[in-house]
Amino acid sequence: MQKALKPGERNPGKGLPGRPEKFTTLSGVPVETLYTEADLKGFAYSRDLGDPGEFPFTRGIHSTMYQGKLWTMRQFSGFGSPGDTNRRLHYLLAQGQTGLSIAFDLPTLMGYDADHSLAEGEVGKCGVAVSSLADMETLLAGLPLEQVTTSMTINSPAAIVWAMYLVAAEKNGADWKKLSGTTQNDILKEYIAQKEYIFPPAPSMRLVVDSIVFSARETPRWNPISISGYHIREAGSTAVQELAFTLRDGIEYVEWVRRAGLAVDDFAPRLSFFFNSHNDLFEEVAKFRAARKIWARVMRERFGARDPRSWRCRFHTQTAGCSLTAQQPYNNMVRTTIQALAGVLGGSQSLHTNSLDEAWALPTEQTATLALRTQQVIAHESGVAGRVDPLAGSYFVEKLTLETERACYKYFEKIDALGGMVAAIEEGFPQREIHEAAYAYQKDVERRGKIIVGVNAFASEEERPVDILVIDENVAKHQRQKLMELKKTRDNAGVQSTLETLGGAASTDRNLMPYILECVRSYATLGEMCEVLRRVFGIYEEPAFR
Amino acid sequence: MMPDRRIRVLVAKPGLDGHDRGAKIVARALRDAGMEVIYTGLRQTPEQIAVAALQEDVDAIGISILSGAHNTIVPRICQLLHAEGMQDVLVIVGGIIPDEDIPKLKEAGVSAVFQPGASTEKIVEFIRSHVRQPA
Repeated sequence: MQKALKPGERNPGKGLPGRPEKFTTLSGVPVETLYTEADLKGFAYSRDLGDPGEFPFTRGIHSTMYQGKLWTMRQFSGFGSPGDTNRRLHYLLAQGQTGLSIAFDLPTLMGYDADHSLAEGEVGKCGVAVSSLADMETLLAGLPLEQVTTSMTINSPAAIVWAMYLVAAEKNGADWKKLSGTTQNDILKEYIAQKEYIFPPAPSMRLVVDSIVFSARETPRWNPISISGYHIREAGSTAVQELAFTLRDGIEYVEWVRRAGLAVDDFAPRLSFFFNSHNDLFEEVAKFRAARKIWARVMRERFGARDPRSWRCRFHTQTAGCSLTAQQPYNNMVRTTIQALAGVLGGSQSLHTNSLDEAWALPTEQTATLALRTQQVIAHESGVAGRVDPLAGSYFVEKLTLETERACYKYFEKIDALGGMVAAIEEGFPQREIHEAAYAYQKDVERRGKIIVGVNAFASEEERPVDILVIDENVAKHQRQKLMELKKTRDNAGVQSTLETLGGAASTDRNLMPYILECVRSYATLGEMCEVLRRVFGIYEEPAFR
Repeated sequence: MMPDRRIRVLVAKPGLDGHDRGAKIVARALRDAGMEVIYTGLRQTPEQIAVAALQEDVDAIGISILSGAHNTIVPRICQLLHAEGMQDVLVIVGGIIPDEDIPKLKEAGVSAVFQPGASTEKIVEFIRSHVRQPA
């Protein structure tokens, strides 16, 4: 491999990175030199685009988009103790963010309390540690939950953590009917990409369905699922794979919830999505537009949804963490800006921008603020927010949107032929596709077929390190202490009883949400509830790689 | 290296971390380079990794960890390897490892840390040039 060039250095015999022979999008889709109206023969505005706010919503789900209301600036945050994260959430609200988004630590994500042996070294490291309702109450203290919405990135134990949120809100006098927010709760992408699964697919889907059904009835303003492509892309997929696997996951969830007895219009308006925004601005914008168009068709034609709200693909976007480099971290501000702009030009409802120290640690206060300012500059200074789907009509963008749509449907056919998404996952299909794309990308970078500034071109002799956030090891001690105290002061007999009842219900097909809520109210811990469910549902181990 | 004995490498994912994009890419690159690779799969304890290393009689272990738990988990793995008499097994680490944590990891027995941006070619080269030679 050629070593990275130093500034001004010429690659002996080959010159500075020249122009590629062929041009493609970042994901490898061929790109022509010129696009004209000839590329859009047969293009029909009402069929292929529609006005913003009108089927098939290619141009946006609302007629005025950001002229009416800016996207929600929702910075994913979480580290250390619930108190640490509570302070960061208050801080970011004071800096102008307009929505909350909570990152949990790995023990919490995997259903272990902070005092579990497997939690050693992990407590508070990549998100906030939440083991009980008491932790949730600390986490949410003083936050204006009726004015700002909260998104929680939690999957396998989502029903439990959501129950903690609901009970904490209830204790604060909030009305569940008015409560608005999102739980990620997308287990299919865990098997495909993020790999934070606990139980096998069938019982995991049962938990997701239970929470969607419960939400439709009890929390009509809540989004009980955020069907995600972000993680699929982070695992190395192409843009089309990200889109196709996400929307096909969506199709799978709709099928499962319908089988549970709900009519599609009873729950579909509250399905939400979550996409990545990577470096190739036009590829990303085409992806977002195609997503809306495809989902609208799927809902109206495949599922017969009649409520227009069921047709709308509402989504949160996060800029691509995997694109950010450890080398020359300040370059990451530029990458994040381009990616955020793509998210806005693509019509996202909500946006998180990564911090420049992404490849090193969780964001510091300063880098999280800078990331937020990136959104604010775009919103208030660039003019982009005053324009609705301004890239529409571009020969290139419209052609790319159509190609993306076509490629997505091809994946739908493949996955349908495999018997659906759960079957495809069990067969290893999406996982293999992602790995192939990731490997090809890595090889391309090492060949310098793809240039990454500061890494394989324009590298520095010496790197100047940035100050990073270090998580205090005392957080774990502190959280374990709190658990000890909790177990002394709560009604342990009551806890046992609610846990046993949960275990009993788990072996039936009753909706588990009420049982989980009872456990939460009695201050059963996350780990205790998950242990009960592990015993009933079993645990999942993915098929061996190769 | 004897031409008829391939280098055996264990690629391990310890702790709760589920990010396996890098580990799988490295495993494949090492295989493509002619090494025999055993990938442990996710969420292995240090004990499970040490047992696998022993049973598979590996020349090198590549630990992949992005969760921030490396200061606890990696030294523990090295301790267990030493306890099993595997101190001459090459230990390398990849993932999200801040610069300031590297010296301590090296003291614990890690030979190299590959941070984001590292190339698979460099990793292959490092293993080839640093594995113990057969007696």
